[in-house]
Amino acid sequence: MTLAFDSAGLGPGFADPVFDSQSVFRSVLNAVAYPGAIERLAHRPGAPEGLDPAMASVVLTLCDLDTPIWSDAALSSEAVSTYLRFHCGAPLVAAAADARFGLIGDAAAMPRLDAFAMGDERYPDRSTTLVVTVPSLTEGPQRQWSGPGILRRRTVAVAGLPDWFWADWALNQGLYPLGVDVLFACGDAVMGLPRGITVKE
Amino acid sequence: MTGDYNFAYLDEQTKRMIRRTLLKALAIPGYQVPFGGREMPLAYGWGTGGIQVTASVIGPRDVLKVIDQGADDTTNAVSIRRFFERVADVATTEKTTDATIIQTRHRVPEANLVEGQILVYQVPQPEPLRRLEPRETETRKMHAYGEYGLMQVKLYEDIAQFGHIATTYDYPVIVNGRYLTAPSPIPKFDNPKMQDNPAIQLFGAGREKRIYAIPPYTTVKSLDFDDHPFTVQRWDGACALCGATDSYLDEVVLDDRGKRMFVCSDTDYCGQRRAAGHVGEQPDMDDALEPEAR
Repeated sequence: MTLAFDSAGLGPGFADPVFDSQSVFRSVLNAVAYPGAIERLAHRPGAPEGLDPAMASVVLTLCDLDTPIWSDAALSSEAVSTYLRFHCGAPLVAAAADARFGLIGDAAAMPRLDAFAMGDERYPDRSTTLVVTVPSLTEGPQRQWSGPGILRRRTVAVAGLPDWFWADWALNQGLYPLGVDVLFACGDAVMGLPRGITVKE
Repeated sequence: MTGDYNFAYLDEQTKRMIRRTLLKALAIPGYQVPFGGREMPLAYGWGTGGIQVTASVIGPRDVLKVIDQGADDTTNAVSIRRFFERVADVATTEKTTDATIIQTRHRVPEANLVEGQILVYQVPQPEPLRRLEPRETETRKMHAYGEYGLMQVKLYEDIAQFGHIATTYDYPVIVNGRYLTAPSPIPKFDNPKMQDNPAIQLFGAGREKRIYAIPPYTTVKSLDFDDHPFTVQRWDGACALCGATDSYLDEVVLDDRGKRMFVCSDTDYCGQRRAAGHVGEQPDMDDALEPEAR
């Protein structure tokens, strides 16, 4: 028998898939409900070199055979692709616009936001969710976030994003209720940036 | 006792699908996201949508409260609470402040909710426009273009016919200034509590297979007119048991000679007030009944 992929070096995912993914989901739910808040993940799955643990947690929790995944060059190694195929069973797609989830390992080189699916006027939920690995959630340039889930405004300092990111975000936010949603992943923490959030300097 | 089922009854792939749906629902407040509703071990109309949402969110450390019309001890609430005790082995409570997840049918608790709490509504008809436009293809377009004049006309017809807006429950709201949304059949008394609530509000409609959400701190505006502003129900009296004047009161008919009393619909709120020493006009409900009716 020949395996369809090389399982050498393939590590385990969650130690306890049912309860770990429930716990991670609640953190992600809080992250999306309270944008800009730093949500610590209580569980850290095994993950291959190059795949941020928080991103691995999110992917193991939310992705399966129904969610085509696009990943950037930093996450295109054989080890990461094998991990995603084995643990999630998710199809890996070449076109960013076909993806339900876009995984960004190198935020500085990420594609512009309009490369991803924006949804449809009648079905704005059919847009890509971006999971972006960033070096820090607290040490970047400060921005003022406001919108649903935030009482008045919140100061957030995500680091490692390209220069054009917030200009693109303003365009994305202008498409509301269409647009992509973003989850920032950093080590053992996630932060949500849903499409309804307005960001100012 | 979870040995016979996967944790919280649903299989993991269904949970992932519902979890993804919930995240998109929070990202687009008030928009109804279609989801693959599963058949649950109770009939449509008994909270299958809410149960699926709760089952996808709940974990072993959660504390669950279930209310039906504000009461913890009614059939629907008791059976849903038992269901989750059995399939998820979670702690349950009747105290609003102790609960991390509150599944509700037709009421928002009187006690203020806090950040991190989750309120799960059971929704029979998620589409506020359905009685005005039966075609899903059309209501989709109306939501896409924000074309909600039809609902304003319906409310206006109430004014033309009765002199005031006669809708008292499932009173339509605009969420985050964009989507016309059904608050589920809660009394309009509860509509103001949805606005800027610190808790996460999730809505599940099992038969119609729709999930929607209102994130914390989100504007929820009840539709009205400048000259007929939105108002909530008021009562002349107070709760007969605890004397509350700020809660939603249920009318209880006591005999066939027109005797009646008004009591808090939220049993936990009423109980807490009585425990704190508040007393209404008829603190012992039995005393109000005729001897043969006891």
